[in-house]
Amino acid sequence: MKPILSLRGISKSFPGVKALQNVQLDLYPGQVTALIGENGAGKSTTVKVLTGIYQPESGAITLDGQDVQFANAQAATDAGVTAIHQETVLFDELSVAENIWLGHAPRNRFGLIDRRAMRNGARDLLAGIGSTLDPDLRLGDLGIASKHLVAIARALSTDARVVVLDEPTAALSHKEIHELYDLVETLKTQGKAILFISHKFDEIFRIADRYTVFRDGQFVGEGLMHEIGETALVRMMVGRSVDQIFPTRTSKIGPPVLTVAGYDHPTEFADIRFTLHEGEILGFYGLVGAGRSEVMQALFGITTPSKGAVRIDDKVRVIRSTHDAIAAGIVYVPEDRGRQGAIRGLPIFQNITLPSLARVGRNGFLRMAEEFKLARDYTQRLDLRAASLDQELGLLSGGNQQKVVIAKWLATKPRVIILDEPTKGIDIGSKAAVHEFMAELAAEGLAVIMVSSEIPEVLGMSDRVIVMREGRIVDEVTGDAMTPERLVRAAAGIAEAA
Amino acid sequence: MTQQTHTARAIPDRLQSPAARALRSWESILVAVAIAIFVTNSFTSPYFLNAWNLSDATFNFTEKAMIALAMALLIISGEIDLSVASIIALASTAMGLAMQAGADVPILVLVGIGAGLLCGAFNGFLVAGLGLPSIVVTIGTMSLFRGIAYIVLGDRAFTGYPPGFAYFGQGYVWWVFSFELVLFTVLAVIYWALLHRSSFGRAVYAIGNNATAAQFSGIRVARVKFILFLLTGLMSGIAAVCLTSRLGSTRPSIATGFELEVVTMVVLGGVNILGGSGSIPGIVLAALIIGMVTFGFGLLNVPGIVMSIFLGALLISVIALPRLFGKR
Repeated sequence: MKPILSLRGISKSFPGVKALQNVQLDLYPGQVTALIGENGAGKSTTVKVLTGIYQPESGAITLDGQDVQFANAQAATDAGVTAIHQETVLFDELSVAENIWLGHAPRNRFGLIDRRAMRNGARDLLAGIGSTLDPDLRLGDLGIASKHLVAIARALSTDARVVVLDEPTAALSHKEIHELYDLVETLKTQGKAILFISHKFDEIFRIADRYTVFRDGQFVGEGLMHEIGETALVRMMVGRSVDQIFPTRTSKIGPPVLTVAGYDHPTEFADIRFTLHEGEILGFYGLVGAGRSEVMQALFGITTPSKGAVRIDDKVRVIRSTHDAIAAGIVYVPEDRGRQGAIRGLPIFQNITLPSLARVGRNGFLRMAEEFKLARDYTQRLDLRAASLDQELGLLSGGNQQKVVIAKWLATKPRVIILDEPTKGIDIGSKAAVHEFMAELAAEGLAVIMVSSEIPEVLGMSDRVIVMREGRIVDEVTGDAMTPERLVRAAAGIAEAA
Repeated sequence: MTQQTHTARAIPDRLQSPAARALRSWESILVAVAIAIFVTNSFTSPYFLNAWNLSDATFNFTEKAMIALAMALLIISGEIDLSVASIIALASTAMGLAMQAGADVPILVLVGIGAGLLCGAFNGFLVAGLGLPSIVVTIGTMSLFRGIAYIVLGDRAFTGYPPGFAYFGQGYVWWVFSFELVLFTVLAVIYWALLHRSSFGRAVYAIGNNATAAQFSGIRVARVKFILFLLTGLMSGIAAVCLTSRLGSTRPSIATGFELEVVTMVVLGGVNILGGSGSIPGIVLAALIIGMVTFGFGLLNVPGIVMSIFLGALLISVIALPRLFGKR
């Protein structure tokens, strides 16, 4: 079989970074190729080269054996290459049909937009991917999964032959993910060549036919999925074998640090009570929307609960703002890194010192040398990869941005650190690093709360697990009682099997 | 084996020295433009290179530039205040009323500054307290503040300020250096320290880049924004004292159109109109450029409308150049 699209010898660099060096990639009709690599391996850059957003410095792109150059995104779309990103770029105020046809709407003979053709075309495209969504609905009224369907229908409306799925399942629920798998199967039978980017190995093994591995911007290898095992693939990815995923630790649980009692919120949660101890990792498990993040954000002063008390070291603390929370020693690493965690336009060192400005300054004035010292200390601890501390944070890969966000909080010397989905969307290597680091923090006596939707992570890391469902705590388990079955049952509200 | 080593690497603080960075900055473009205008002016008019004439020329921009210092911080934070000229009108009217009530010079100054602060607090409450969009709020207060001045004054004017009051707009501290110029210089140094060397300034940049993440980092976003509106109010009050003193009278139409010239100065100075970046040296350079262009054209008897066209073209080309050459 001949590939539809091939990349050969592609290189692309940015100031201080060689993002891609001489990489290759082949996409075959009717097959799913998984592009695998750690954060910073060059996956996103490759997608941008494929879709015409970046122009490579050297190398060739061939489509059906012809050399092509994508001068811009439109050129790539015209050639039949389209991408569906993790964060879909759609317009909430437009209808489903308008979103699908935006930029290439069908015209009538007067050159005006043909609404009827648009609506029918949208319905056909949606039917082709097994959806009965009404094309006249306002997009903003749809859930994330339906939005994904619209994004895919939009991609297909351009007669795309090459479809890039860039971490499509990151924001989806279990059921929605399965619908996506079915959709990928449909696209395969239609002969589309699919590039699939994901950090989740179970997904890759489930739907990919082939794999291509990048590491540090270089091509490492490729092959057929059924000829390789998980361990071998991980070894290719990280250049070393990750034999032990979770660090073994002997927890030394000290006195209580944080006590929450009778925490109520008008809409998000009710009657939340728990105690967190020194040196403990407390896992919060539940389905998406169970109210875990909302409780954490209330503890961090983002939202205000209507009732309840928070005690730290047995002293009642009133938390009305993030400023109060930080002063009380509670810090929060948010799930939505791009919006809430990282300030991409500011340099790395300024991101790190932002909550600690009072400490690196004197009388409200900053001392640059101390700022750099603080940033240096904590970035070294987290093994950050960057060209300089003065570099804009936005230029780093996702995993490294997350390290900066964590460094920022550790620099405040907190008593309690809350990590909300700390390893979401980051690769296995960085994941292991974050896990080891959490274990280290707990060993130093920090009290850690970890909100996670990944059962292996919750079980592997926590000393104790609290399960939430519909805004309430429904179960609390420790020791041998911590089994996957028990967590899933509690989270889903299924009664204990007889 | 291609075993990758994962030992901690030391990350350098900076790749470029601050001096090297400054050379490639927006401000260096502005310096070049300023020098070009200075040289052109020197050749085209024999009256340009005269200390007293140059000193006179600074009155073209000092009052607006004082406001531009505070406006720069506000725009960097992602907000804007279009009511500054109307605050001048209201503050000047308040001073006129105080004068009629028999207030002496120190009281007049306090009234002017106080009125500016009150107006700023009102804007700040609406934007930071109630979360309304600043562009709408300050378009509203722009009409409101000047409207009050018109109600009080109608088509009359306050004249007859005490002789001692003239110093702020007409006095000289030493030789050719006017009180206004010296005041602006001192304020520029204060604002430079505030924006570039204080934690407050850092918070302003953080808010302008990502207000949500700033809030998640413990920055009291509403408080910072309120203070920024207080500062533009304060600077407008100070400008009102200087301008009223210089003109010797108050009319409700005083300082009409200042807000757009202030915003022009700020944008020409390299502040991103969408917030997040900009510097005080840029504002000072932009003020000098605008002042010299106005003065040079004045010497050549160029009509005011041509001057506006030139400034408009200058603004657009200075903004467009870096985009065309792929910087920023």
